[in-house]
Order: sequence, then C-alpha cells, then structure tokens
Amino acid sequence: MATPVLEIADLVVAFDTDQGELRAVDGIGFTLEKGRTLGIVGESGCGKSVTALAILGLLPEPQGRVLSGKVLLDGKDIARASESEMQKIRGRRIAMVFQEPMTALDPLQRVGDQIAEGLRHHFGLSRSAARDKAIELLGKVGIPAPAERIDSYPHELSGGMRQRVMIASAIACEPSVLLADEPTTALDVTIQAQILALIDDLRRELGTSVVLITHDLGVVADVADDVAVMYAGRIVERATKDQLFEKPLHPYTRGLLESVPGFGNNATRKRLPTIRGLVPDLLHLPAGCRFRDRCDRAIDRCAEVDPPLSTVDGHSVACIRAREEKAS
Amino acid sequence: MSEALLSLKSLGKTFVTKRTFLGRALATVRAVDGVDLEVARGETLGLVGESGCGKSTLGRMAIRLLDPTEGSVRYDGTDLTPLSGAALRPFRRRMQIVFQDPMSALNPRMTVREALGEPLRIHRLVTSASEEAAKVDALLDQVGLRKEHATRYPHEFSGGQRQRIVIARALSVGPELVVCDEPVAALDVSIQAQVVNLLRDLQDALGLAYLFVAHDLSVVRFMSQRVAVMYLGRVVEIAPSAELYEMPRHPYTKALLSAIPVPDPKQKRTRLVLAGEPPSPTNPPRGCAFHPRCPIAQKGLCDVERPELREIGAARVACHLAE
Repeated sequence: MATPVLEIADLVVAFDTDQGELRAVDGIGFTLEKGRTLGIVGESGCGKSVTALAILGLLPEPQGRVLSGKVLLDGKDIARASESEMQKIRGRRIAMVFQEPMTALDPLQRVGDQIAEGLRHHFGLSRSAARDKAIELLGKVGIPAPAERIDSYPHELSGGMRQRVMIASAIACEPSVLLADEPTTALDVTIQAQILALIDDLRRELGTSVVLITHDLGVVADVADDVAVMYAGRIVERATKDQLFEKPLHPYTRGLLESVPGFGNNATRKRLPTIRGLVPDLLHLPAGCRFRDRCDRAIDRCAEVDPPLSTVDGHSVACIRAREEKAS
Repeated sequence: MSEALLSLKSLGKTFVTKRTFLGRALATVRAVDGVDLEVARGETLGLVGESGCGKSTLGRMAIRLLDPTEGSVRYDGTDLTPLSGAALRPFRRRMQIVFQDPMSALNPRMTVREALGEPLRIHRLVTSASEEAAKVDALLDQVGLRKEHATRYPHEFSGGQRQRIVIARALSVGPELVVCDEPVAALDVSIQAQVVNLLRDLQDALGLAYLFVAHDLSVVRFMSQRVAVMYLGRVVEIAPSAELYEMPRHPYTKALLSAIPVPDPKQKRTRLVLAGEPPSPTNPPRGCAFHPRCPIAQKGLCDVERPELREIGAARVACHLAE
C-alpha cells in the first residue's frame, strides 16, 4: 500500500481549564488514503472538531496544545511544526471548510479577494491572474454568473452560496487533504444535497482526500468510504462504511444509529430507542470504559478495563464484548 | 373535522421591510400567504419546509404571538383574531410554545423553581406557596427531572435537560395545544431521541395537540399523524403522514424527501437534487412559486397560473400536474 496522505497516530490534545487539564482528544489514530473520504462521527464535545484544529495547528493558544502523538502529512510529522511551516501547509496542502461560512469568511472583503488571497500567497500569482482563477473556481463550485459574483460581499450571498465560496477558496490551491467540519449542518436539506454532491465531485475530479466531520449518520452513509466513530475523546469504532452500517459492533455506534428516526423501521414505532444518560464530563471520566454508564451491555469488567481498539471482523472496535457481539 | 381545536383560515402575514421617512410601507415580504389548516384535539400536525418558508411565522400566529395581517385564527370555537390583552389571557393558558433554543427561552437569572412557578402565579393556578412547590416538583417529575434540580440555574444543565425545563414550563399551565418550533434541532442525536420520546409520552398522558414545526423530515414523520409541507409562504401539500412519506405527490415534497440523508448505505435511491435555491419571498415568482426549480414545470401553465390545493386521494396538493 502506498503511503497514506494523512496519518494520525496516538494524538492527544489537552486544554488547560480552571479545574485542571482536560484531554479533548485522548489517543486517537486513523489513516486517510488518496482520493478517499473518511467520515468522523460523534456528538458535541467528542473531540471531532478539535482533531481537525490540531491537524491544522489552529488550536486556541495558549490553553490548547498537542500533548503527544503524530500528524503525518505525506509521511512527514507536522504535529509540532512551527507557525511559518504551517502557513505553507494550510490552504496549500490541507484546507478546511467550516460549518458557518458567515463567520469563516471576512465580512469586509469581497469574496473574490478572499479566494485570490491563497493563490497569491502560495503560488505568487499576479492580482489579475488570481482574479481570473477565482472566477474559474466560483464557476466550478456552481455559482451562477461568477464574473459578477466575484465582487460580492459575503452578506450579499445566501447560506448555500457562501458555503460554495468557502469551498472554492479551500480548493483554490488544490490541497491534497480537505477537512470539512459540519459543512452542511447550517443548510437546508435541498442545499445540503447540492453541497455534498459538490464535495464528492471535486474529490473525484481533483483526487483530493476528504475528512468529513459530522454528527449526522445519514450524511456519512451518503458520502464516506470509511467511518470513525468518536466518543469522549476516543475513537470507539472504525470500519469501512458498509461494514459499519451493516453490523455496528460498538454499543455506542449501535445506539446512535438506532436513535435516528427513520433508521430501519423505527419510524412506525411508538418510541425511539435511546441512549440513556449524558456524555461524561471529560474532567471526571469514569474508570474503565468511558461509555459504561450508558451501556446496556456493560459488565463488571467494563469498570476495570479501559478497552483498547482491537480488530474484530474487519472493524477496529474498543469494546471488550465486541467479539460476543459479532457471534450474536 | 368539525371538532378542530385550532382552525386557521386564509391566514396571511406581510412584514414591512422598508418604510419611507413618514412610515409608509416601501417594501414588504409575504411570509405566510393564505394558509388553511386545522389541528384536532390530541393530534400532531407536522409542518415542514426550508428556512424562510414561513413555518415559524405560521406557528407564532397560530397562538397569537404574532398578529396576522389577513385571515382568522379560531381556537375551540372562538375567533381569536379580534381579541387582545386581557381577553386573550384565558386562551394563552390553553396554548403554549416550545422554542428551538432553550438557553435563550429561559431567564438565566431564574432558578428552575422560579421559572416554573411564575406562570402558575400569573394564571392564578395555585393559592399557596406550598401548593406551588408541590406542583413544581410534580412537573419536574413529569419531564424526567429530579426535585433537586429545582434550585439550579439554566447554565447548570445540559441542552437536553434545559429543553425538558422549557417543556415543563409550557405544561405548567395545563395547555391543550403546544406549538413545538424545532424543539430538538439544537440537540445531539442521542438526546434528541430522549426528548422526542418525552413529547410523545406527554401527548399520550395529557391528550395534548401539537403543531410540530421542523425542518427534519424524519423527526416530523415520527411525531405526526398529518404533515403539511410549506414552500414560500404557502402549503403545497398536506396528507396523512404515512401517505405523504410513501407517496409524495408534489414535486417539491418529492425532492425534499429524496434529499434526506438516510443512515443506510444499502438503500439506493435516485436522488432528485434540486437546482437553484428557494426564491426570495420579497419577489415571489409568478404562477406556481416552485416552477423555476421544478423538474416537471410546463411553460404557459405553471409560470402563469397559481395552483390551489386540490384533493388527490387522501392528500391535498397545490400542483397543476400532480396526480
């Protein structure tokens, strides 16, 4: 197998808080191969967005930092790269699409200038060459009349159009990795379908690898090749999309899937299956398995063992009972 | 349906977005345009549509939080449209609303006990402090919170728990109708299911009617007996839930349903990706408002004549070409 485009190994990200050090991401790892889409799924606070910020070296300073682990971009560790090195990487080799284009775009700058900025910085294009390229990019992401739209300000565009602008600026320098953090969460379903189709088309056309961070299992089922499920700072299950949805092995993955209305035939049921309780406080994690308190299958040993990821049936899963689950 | 609890007739709302110096209207938006809907006792009517389609405006007019500019709101046989102030107050107790964001719906400086006790006092539903305390404890129990929670402030709770507090406050005055405006949109999936179940349990226990406004079609299907789909201020299709999801008839409903991402990669669907975006309600297209995005629109018909709702099977559909 060729070197993966991006490889994360044992990544630990910590934040200083009033009550001590909090590990928002606690030893995760995954690999991303060329042209593939990895979906990272999880609920608020599971560490999925922090992972993306850590990869880009954008953790809020001074509270947040990478404690240990590796971020290998084409085989080279960038976890502790200097700011000037990261500036050469961000936008050029790894680009990011955020959830809220209104806050990610500069409200005082015309959209064309925002797209051109990366081109001028990384490729040293002239003003007019960058402008021509920006018009071409706006057309590529499906913005009608790009030559006119290029002089618009973000507030003059709809939410869907703003997200297209952000994608245009992200792909401007043809990065090898695109990190998309909830790129469609703020959009309506018909616009969401357009944006997901756009990201997928661009991945195919440019051979970009995509990390798609989302809370929506439906979105993952739609566009991902591989899936990692995060819970309380850890990856609890990792598998190809088909394997994961066919037979989820971690009780959290299963609970998450079953609680989506419309999953299987639960739309006609009287009640939705739920996961009881709440996500644990990362400052006061239970001993053993972090999901234990909410798990229907927990046994005494789950309080003693912090389950590592192990391979069961092609999945990587962090549950000591996964093997029994496979048999059932 | 002679016994409709809530009955909306030709309801419309026009907002003025720009005025002259002397206050004359210069530009207007028709957020809701001639909507007829009924909600029966104990029923859930789902209301779906995308941002700006007027669903929240309609929900607010239904309980007179907003005054309609046209049409009427009847509640349990009484026309509420001409009423205001004190005359409306007895009805306020019978109609409540739950909003999307519980953090902004709760006063951050009020404990849960104060937040739940206030409506009881305003509507004179309790006569003593001890009665009020007992009622608050009972409400907390009903929504799955504990007595100890009563002395805490909103910031001490998680999003799901806060939404439970908002629901308890809505229930405190004993309403018959609750408008739920995106009640679970801000919650995580696992918590969303808990709150959805709570709303259904409460409906069973108390015989509540819900007007359930949401953009998430899967949640709406789970909650509702009937569903109305709105586009640019108008209802384009209304049908029993099973009918609407199994056999959507309006091309917009079809596109909306096919756009929902389903957590099942094996379910191969032909996706109808709509081109373009919803047009601006400040300047709606002539004829059928959906025709510029519609895959089956016919020139000379759909861009000229506005379709009214007509009956097809168990559904009512506003489309010239649906069958």
